[in-house]
Amino acid sequence: MLKINNIHAHIDEKSILKGIHLDIKPGEVHAIMGPNGSGKSTLASVIAGKEDYEIEKGSILFEGEDISELSVEERAHKGIFLSFQYPVEIPGVTVTNFIKTALNETRKAKGLDDMPASEMLKRIREKSELLEIDRKFLSRSLNEGFSGGEKKRNEIFQMAMLEPKLAILDETDSGLDIDALRIVANGVNKLKTKANATLVITHYQRLLDYIVPDYVHVLYNGKIVKSGGKELAFELEEKGYDWIKQEANQNA
Amino acid sequence: MELKEKLLSSFIAFENQNSIDNSFINELRGEAIKIFENEGFPTKKNEAWKYTSLNKILKEEYSIFPKAENTIEYKDIQQYFIHDIDSYKIIFIDGKYASHLSKTTHEGIDVCLMSAVMSKSKYQPIIENYFNKIASKNGLNALNTAFCSEGAYIHIKKNKLAERPIQIIHFSTGVEPSLLLQPRNLIVVDENAQVQIIERHQSLTEHATLTNSVTEIFAAKRAIIDYYKVQNDKAKASLIDNTFIDQHQESDVSVHTFSFGGKLTRNNLSFFQNGEHINSTLKGVTIVGHKQHVDHNTLVHHIEPNCESHQDYKGIFGDSAVGVFNGKVVVEKEAQKTNAFQANNNLLVNDKATINTKPQLEIFADDVKCSHGCTIGQLDESAMFYLRARGIPEKEARALLMYAFANNVLESVKIPQLKKRINKLIANKLGVNIGFDL
Repeated sequence: MLKINNIHAHIDEKSILKGIHLDIKPGEVHAIMGPNGSGKSTLASVIAGKEDYEIEKGSILFEGEDISELSVEERAHKGIFLSFQYPVEIPGVTVTNFIKTALNETRKAKGLDDMPASEMLKRIREKSELLEIDRKFLSRSLNEGFSGGEKKRNEIFQMAMLEPKLAILDETDSGLDIDALRIVANGVNKLKTKANATLVITHYQRLLDYIVPDYVHVLYNGKIVKSGGKELAFELEEKGYDWIKQEANQNA
Repeated sequence: MELKEKLLSSFIAFENQNSIDNSFINELRGEAIKIFENEGFPTKKNEAWKYTSLNKILKEEYSIFPKAENTIEYKDIQQYFIHDIDSYKIIFIDGKYASHLSKTTHEGIDVCLMSAVMSKSKYQPIIENYFNKIASKNGLNALNTAFCSEGAYIHIKKNKLAERPIQIIHFSTGVEPSLLLQPRNLIVVDENAQVQIIERHQSLTEHATLTNSVTEIFAAKRAIIDYYKVQNDKAKASLIDNTFIDQHQESDVSVHTFSFGGKLTRNNLSFFQNGEHINSTLKGVTIVGHKQHVDHNTLVHHIEPNCESHQDYKGIFGDSAVGVFNGKVVVEKEAQKTNAFQANNNLLVNDKATINTKPQLEIFADDVKCSHGCTIGQLDESAMFYLRARGIPEKEARALLMYAFANNVLESVKIPQLKKRINKLIANKLGVNIGFDL
């Protein structure tokens, strides 16, 4: 589904990704772990198409098509969803209006008419129940004054509404208490099918207790320095990142 | 001939043909024309007009006395009304009253014409008590006073509630290639009375119109007035709106100004608080582009203690638009416990757009809360990325953020149908169908 070949990316002349390879197939859950500043969020942004980053080398294929020249919204229309580490507050636009707009713009891009109001309402109801979201919450301004947990739950609610093929969860566990973490993880798991894939980006192993990955990759200094199964996450939890850094530095 | 000379020399002709025989007003007219003769039109040398020049628009050959002929029917202009509500209507076409389009009343409240009030003796006490009492005596207001012959008169009597909004609309047809209009409105709201008013100036074709409007509003004890100005005129129309509000104890007056259209728009909005526990609200949304010029010049004069004022103006400026905000707040020595809030936030969508914003606070009392803030910024790029990552295309994302930026000003609009209309105008102005019912 997603095939990243030797991606090099920089921002303001600072090189951040230095040759990333990643191959994600439908139905798989991949986790990217790594110490702070290793380039995890940059990787997420680069896949989503943030223009601040310049790609100097390599390719990003999504379902066989090179998407590296596509705009952010075109990638979203193809089914790439990025759950933000820090969702942006947008006063004046309600959660409901925002998600309706996002969903209908995505349909429009595919040549479909707006979703009928009754169907929209039904979907909003189903998905908000899945994320244990209160109705009142939906008429609040997007992310404005939301707690950390509410913001992240709202991200996954949007993901549920948009039904992406590839969901990238960027530090979705940060700022969550254990109950919110359980709700969010439960939502993500229920949305999992054989046809879609998930890329979980996290510093800690904690989230991976709930969203169990098929593959774990360790990102350090702009490169994937180690890949393995879910047991790699436990090893990192136990031993920290220092041994990875040492290994990587020795190899370099 | 320059417009000033033309006006001065027309004044005698105006006096001769004027059907309103009211010596009280005639005397005021005589004084007013002298003020105009001395002061003329304001120039950029005047501090309050530093960023707004009338030079270009004064060069037009305006007709001063329009012919009273029109064949306008309601269906031709329905779109300019808030037509999905029951309302009183006072409609003018090229400065003349259009009875077939209007709906006035004298039942408990007066919703009628200035010409009637100026000429009928039963209204003489009103004229003597209120007419030209609070309009400042500068060139523009004096010019309006000298030539005033028509406008809206609204009187809501004690304890009465105007149960439907009142729409005042001034149309200009373009029968005259360029036209100077000088409506004069008087609004008196007695103790404990309440009214909602919507005002609009609208050209029906692309022709030069200059409107120099004067509105005096009196809010007695505990009166409640909500005034909405919809400024969405065609590209060659200019408007100088002079509105003066005299508030008394515990009254609550709000003025919302929505400036989207027109060539040059200048809003002179002055509030005078003559009593305690008064609340004054001044809100505005300005969205302009392509060589448009909008200037908000506000004054809130806090004279007595324990009063509040809230000013919130949002502006979005594209292309080569120019915006001016000059907000003056005066707190007199006696006006302790004043709470005065002022905000002017602007988005510049284009490098060529200009905004001049200047808060002016003159505070003579020592126990007051006064805050002001003005910002000039661009759209938040991280918000843009967030919206686009959800599949909202760049243009729509921009529009959505601009809509969101202006939105909180709309929250205080109390007529739902009007709010809906303003939302639509904003969406049109931003050039998008945002996909949800704004």
